Amino acid sequence: MSGYVTTRMLHSAISMMGLIVLVFFLARLTGNPTDLYLPIDAPAEVRAAFAKANGFDQPLLAQFQTFLGNLVQFDFGNSLRLERPAVDLVLQAFPTSLILAGTAMTIALVVAVVAGSLAARNPNGVLDRFVNMIALAGASLPNFWLALVSVLVFAVGLRWLPTSGTGGLSYWILPVMVLTVRPCGLLAQVVRGAMISALSSAYVKTARAKGVKKRVIVFVHALRNAMLPIITVAGDQASGMINGAVVVEMIFGFPGIGRLMMESIQYRDFAVIQAGVIVTAAAIFLLNIVIDLAYALLDPRIKHA
Amino acid sequence: MTMTLSSPAPGPAPAEAAAWRQSLGLLWRDKFAFAAVLFLILVAFAACFGPWLLGPAATKINLLARNAPPMSTQLGWLYVLGADSLGRSILARIIVGAQNTMMLAGCAVVASLLIGSLLGFVAGYRNDWTSGVILRLADILMSFPSLLLAMIVLYVLTPGVANVIVVLAITRIPIYLRTTRAEVLEIRERTFVVAARVMGASPWRIVWKHVRPTVTPTLVTIATLEFAFVMLSESSLSFLGLGIQAPEFTWGAMVAQGQSYLGTAWWVAFWPGLAITLTAMSLNLLANWVRIATDPVQRWRLETRSPTHG
Repeated sequence: MSGYVTTRMLHSAISMMGLIVLVFFLARLTGNPTDLYLPIDAPAEVRAAFAKANGFDQPLLAQFQTFLGNLVQFDFGNSLRLERPAVDLVLQAFPTSLILAGTAMTIALVVAVVAGSLAARNPNGVLDRFVNMIALAGASLPNFWLALVSVLVFAVGLRWLPTSGTGGLSYWILPVMVLTVRPCGLLAQVVRGAMISALSSAYVKTARAKGVKKRVIVFVHALRNAMLPIITVAGDQASGMINGAVVVEMIFGFPGIGRLMMESIQYRDFAVIQAGVIVTAAAIFLLNIVIDLAYALLDPRIKHA
Repeated sequence: MTMTLSSPAPGPAPAEAAAWRQSLGLLWRDKFAFAAVLFLILVAFAACFGPWLLGPAATKINLLARNAPPMSTQLGWLYVLGADSLGRSILARIIVGAQNTMMLAGCAVVASLLIGSLLGFVAGYRNDWTSGVILRLADILMSFPSLLLAMIVLYVLTPGVANVIVVLAITRIPIYLRTTRAEVLEIRERTFVVAARVMGASPWRIVWKHVRPTVTPTLVTIATLEFAFVMLSESSLSFLGLGIQAPEFTWGAMVAQGQSYLGTAWWVAFWPGLAITLTAMSLNLLANWVRIATDPVQRWRLETRSPTHG
């Protein structure tokens, strides 16, 4: 088991190194920030001074070397746009996105597990058809459109909630709701499918014959065995949350990592792009290892040799 | 209909024909799936003939109809869904925009399906260092948030039709790769593959003649679901202004354009978004139905699949 975790960590480390190379060179391919940060009529000396101050006068490989040297000391460099350490900006924005994604994912999981399990108790029944249709519709909604329509209905029309910005709890409701809908729809379908096959297995028949309560059979016996595919899909959805976060944070003006990254790409703020991608990837790697450990915990038959 | 496609392949032909008849029956019985297929045929028709039929109507600026509200036929049936800020008919633009939307998603799905499954076959069949390299590359792609990767690449490459397809395809390759590899790993240990190997079949022959047909149904189901997903991704990119550029447009770009008129003319953003939703939903319904329709043949796959795969 520990050997497996070591292998996984090693694989993650290799991928991380590939990612660092990729993000460094890709970011620099997007263009020279000098033109963006200086006025068009800036004299050549000013341009040269700007390039020199930010290290852009060095050959690309030398820049990469400096970047790696600093990275080992956890120095991600300074943001060009905001003139602050890039890692500070990223770590400041990260919790907002994490709370946003975490809340959305938790709600999605709970709703999907309850609705999917109840639907699976009676396949093709009224409740099952209803849950299935709602889940399908939810999984098919483009989140930017859902965001616009919900702003239209709840903020512009009914005036119950604010359109965008930050503040109290009411500012969180629409973004969380928009982020929840698609994972919830997808997960409900997975839960339903896994539960239908779990409920038709022999141990469920045995439990039923012994007179175990139906609720216990569904939510204890069957659910535990249906958990593996649910966790796989939930993990994929959780690591995909950053995509949803970009869109939702742009529309609702949320100061999270998605908006920070989008703006940094627009402003060729290399240090922040690099720090953001590396921190996000580290979180995704960590999540994947936790998911693998959860497999082993849930199903003792899985021994990672 | 499709059953009359007589293939010279001996053996399973009658069973296949029966399966087709059975699935057509299933399709008719499942009214939602039937409606989904009808809607998709409608979208396909719009994608093929829309620009030819309504091309001029979709770009004609009509200042009298500026932000004309929907559900009124005063200006003619073309304006039944309203008009945008330049007085262009939204219905015509949705029908014409179907072509770009479907073309981008379709090309991206086919490209990532081909590349991903090819790499998956290699990684699954040759379980050595090549497999390791391919899997690590896939890991890198999967840990890079796909929308951010797409944004950076599109800033590098400028958002043209081909580049948008490339970006969408690249980010979706790992899905096919991992699924194909998982399936191949399992199938290559099964008796018929071992038998073929013992009889001296070359690896390429085994993969093409024995492994590929077994994996294809799974890949087709995934590709159907992916079509919906890629269409939603493309819409997000267009919405963020990184999709294909004006005067070309897709449904996602139409929603983006309507965003600024949300308070005064909701219909500009609403209808194209509804078109995206309905198409994605029809594709999901179809994929679901395909899965159920093929279930008796596929059941072993669900039962023998180890959870660590895919």
